[in-house]
Amino acid sequence: MRLDLRSFAVSAILLLLIAVVGAVSLSSGKFSIPPADVLRALLGGGDENIRMVVTEWRLPRLLLACLLGSALGLSGAIFQSLTRNPLGSPDIIGFSAGSYTGALMVILLFSGGYYQTAGGALAGGIVTATCVYLLAYRRGVQGFRLIVIGIGMSAMLGAFNAWMIRQADLPIAMSAAIWGGGSLNGLSFEQVLPVLAMLVFITPILAALSRPLRQLELGDDAATTSGVNATRLRLLLMILGVALTALATAAAGPISFISLAAPQIARRITRTAGVALIPSALMGALLLAVADWVAQHAFGVQLPVGVMTVSIGGFYFLWLLIREARR
Amino acid sequence: MIAGARGHAHADAAGNAVPTRPLKTRPTGHAGARRSRAWRLAMLGLAAAVLVLLCSASLLLGARHVAVPTVVDALVSYDATSAEHIIIRDYRLPRTLLALLCGAAFGVSGALIQAATRNPLADPGILGVNAGAAFFVTLAVGMFGVHAVESYLWFALAGAISVTLLVYGAASQGRDGATPLRLVLCGIALSAVLGGIGSSITLINPQAFDALRSWSIGSVAGRGMEVVRAVAPFIVCGLVLALGLARPLNALALGDDLSRSLGANVIRTRFLVVIAVTLMSGAATAAAGPIGFVGLMVPHAVRWFSGPDQRWIIVFTLLCAPSLLLFADIVGRLVLFPGELEVGIVTAFIGAPVLILLARRTKARGL
Repeated sequence: MRLDLRSFAVSAILLLLIAVVGAVSLSSGKFSIPPADVLRALLGGGDENIRMVVTEWRLPRLLLACLLGSALGLSGAIFQSLTRNPLGSPDIIGFSAGSYTGALMVILLFSGGYYQTAGGALAGGIVTATCVYLLAYRRGVQGFRLIVIGIGMSAMLGAFNAWMIRQADLPIAMSAAIWGGGSLNGLSFEQVLPVLAMLVFITPILAALSRPLRQLELGDDAATTSGVNATRLRLLLMILGVALTALATAAAGPISFISLAAPQIARRITRTAGVALIPSALMGALLLAVADWVAQHAFGVQLPVGVMTVSIGGFYFLWLLIREARR
Repeated sequence: MIAGARGHAHADAAGNAVPTRPLKTRPTGHAGARRSRAWRLAMLGLAAAVLVLLCSASLLLGARHVAVPTVVDALVSYDATSAEHIIIRDYRLPRTLLALLCGAAFGVSGALIQAATRNPLADPGILGVNAGAAFFVTLAVGMFGVHAVESYLWFALAGAISVTLLVYGAASQGRDGATPLRLVLCGIALSAVLGGIGSSITLINPQAFDALRSWSIGSVAGRGMEVVRAVAPFIVCGLVLALGLARPLNALALGDDLSRSLGANVIRTRFLVVIAVTLMSGAATAAAGPIGFVGLMVPHAVRWFSGPDQRWIIVFTLLCAPSLLLFADIVGRLVLFPGELEVGIVTAFIGAPVLILLARRTKARGL
């Protein structure tokens, strides 16, 4: 993959920022730990209690925030490049609402555990996204139609979800609602490994496809003349994009707007013409790590990180709309 | 009103001079109408009959069977010792009245917004008005510990008006002004933000979560007569204002520039639309919770037999929207018998497919 100097510099700066945010979030919490002790604990030394707090409580959460954030950033980059629309993201085509429905069914009907819930979320999200895509298909998929049909499906599923929440007992309903907010609470190394494995599997495929993806951005005709099978490539990329979002949703619940905002911000900073994959992934990791820190520490109570990202993301979205109009 | 009426008269005369405008969108009283006045009056009579029928059905049907003569007795000679009379008077009557009021309020709000923004997809739900009202109610319940449904009212009104103004303000930035697409997107974005903040408030506060999880679905059941009395004045005021706005909105259908040049006061009309929509949507949301899609569907469906004249559209909507809400409420009572499905869920399941069909239509304007 070719990287121009600016993208390279931006990526380096983003990595540095992630490291800073990581250091802050490893050292802050109920027991404040000085950075020097954090470093010692990470290297396997220091006080045993501190080592447990840092490596077993805080580190998995930070790692998951970074991994899932980069998965979401990549997924958004793929969808925006495919739809040639800054609003393209799996959230908008009803993936989140559908995965919430799937998870709710598992939690409320079968009182399933973490992995069952993740499975239900996957199934629900993929079924919904497929339905929306097929409904929007009419001699090709046009961006705005996809969005409106996504809204319709999300509204229907939202009503159904609200009804299921209302039927349930209050404690179960609360915990289901917290899942629905998208939360990294209570996750440990047990959840980090599958996520890492999936990312290690998907990333090389994506790297191999990044050149044809850039050709696809030039339009189907141009891509076809340079030897790219546009239809098959688009389907493959869409599957990868959905898989990345599905990974994040299964692990932590629907975390919205990271996939929408990260590629856009990355693109504006790197000033590349198309969507930049690596900066998008790093930006997603940074955004989610910051949002998770804010969700944990800013309000005195632990909030699901998803409600934080939806608020930040919505404001960003409004700003984007106003800014594009002004031009 | 005078300026609007004058604008309309000129529009009749000048309409033909604008060749770029398709015949369908010209809001003329007679020339552009596809149906005769008698046919429309007949349809109006039919709509009224359906509404009366649904009202009686709403009084008659429910988990407990009450015979027709007993229902009539409960309404005309009320006996406070009879359990069946109490069911009718205290449960089904307020429920029916509330469905009538809220249906009319959501439907006519939708018709007004669609006309004022010239946007076929506009609806108080999509434009974030309901989300604004719901967010302020969440604030009231979560932060200030408000409990009674009738005290939600002022918060809902405040939320409705602030979000309407915000969405409109954000969407009308830039040279093109508030295009349909941008209004919809701004409404969705703001709804998402408010929804996110609202759900964090309820997740911190289990009592608020419990109180709001049923209200936020949208239901007309279990509200007493005092709720009906609290919201009725606002909704009726809004409806009267809406009927008065029909003529100026006809002028607005010609486009801002043309209607302004014909003497219509575009800004005043839009301002009054915001007031009317806020009164109706805010009050109805306070009473019944955010019920989506009624305002989107009914004005659309009504256009098939009313033609493009806003006066007919608003009158037809006034009769058909309550019918839809009553129908949805009755369906909700019957599908899970003897349990109930909230009316907001039923309208979502009727309305979302309609939205999807509209979006799939190739000719959908502004898409």
